Amino acid sequence: MARQTRMRTKSQDGATEILVLVNHPMETGQRTDPKTKEKIPAHFIQKMTFSLNGKEVAVADLGVAVSKDPLVGVRVKNAKAGDKVKVTWSDNKGETGEAETTVR
Amino acid sequence: MHRRTFMKGTMAAAVVGVAAGAGLLKPGRVLAAEWPKDAFAAKSVDETLKSLYGNTSAAASNEIKIKAPIQAENGAVVPITVSANMPNVQAISLYVEKNQFPLVANLNCNGAEGYFSARMKMGQTSDVQCVVKAGDKLYTAKQNIKVTVGGCGG
Repeated sequence: MARQTRMRTKSQDGATEILVLVNHPMETGQRTDPKTKEKIPAHFIQKMTFSLNGKEVAVADLGVAVSKDPLVGVRVKNAKAGDKVKVTWSDNKGETGEAETTVR
Repeated sequence: MHRRTFMKGTMAAAVVGVAAGAGLLKPGRVLAAEWPKDAFAAKSVDETLKSLYGNTSAAASNEIKIKAPIQAENGAVVPITVSANMPNVQAISLYVEKNQFPLVANLNCNGAEGYFSARMKMGQTSDVQCVVKAGDKLYTAKQNIKVTVGGCGG
């Protein structure tokens, strides 16, 4: 099942904020299913890579302490309108996702 | 397992493999390093710092601004924004000191500004620490966040 990845940019005072929202359970591996009493296996995003015009600008390593449906933001300088921003992520089960947008 | 889902799984794994291979071919791209498993499994902030940066001496700094609620009603979703105003920020890492594994996230910058925002889980009321690596030195800032309902387990 493809997970939804959404992205938005916001420019203010010469800096551009890149906000990414991924629809992901971020399961810690410490919770138990209340019905079956079995442990729910960990399932979380490990890496998120941000690139601007094809160049990597930041890589975030995420742990299980990041909330469900993570909303992650980074900021870049000198991004112009029309610049391409891309984010890719991968989780501990090998699932990946990506989103692309242009700076407004 | 359905054939289609199986194929999808292998494709995804292949893509990751290729990405890792590309990383190896270009040693300049240190950013695409492995996910720091040891750092995320460490049980104290110091242990994590050692594993991430090989250094535990972080100086308190006023240049780091933590924007987070003083009291969070739901520990499962605590919004936090960190901005570091110093030049040459190389990495930002976030810790919830009383979580079982303190490290929440680590951001490696290569051109991006010293800014990171996320939403995190907190088991209980705790100090939240932010460590910024800039110019090969470590800087830190702290804020206490009160949690009414824990966000871990249950």
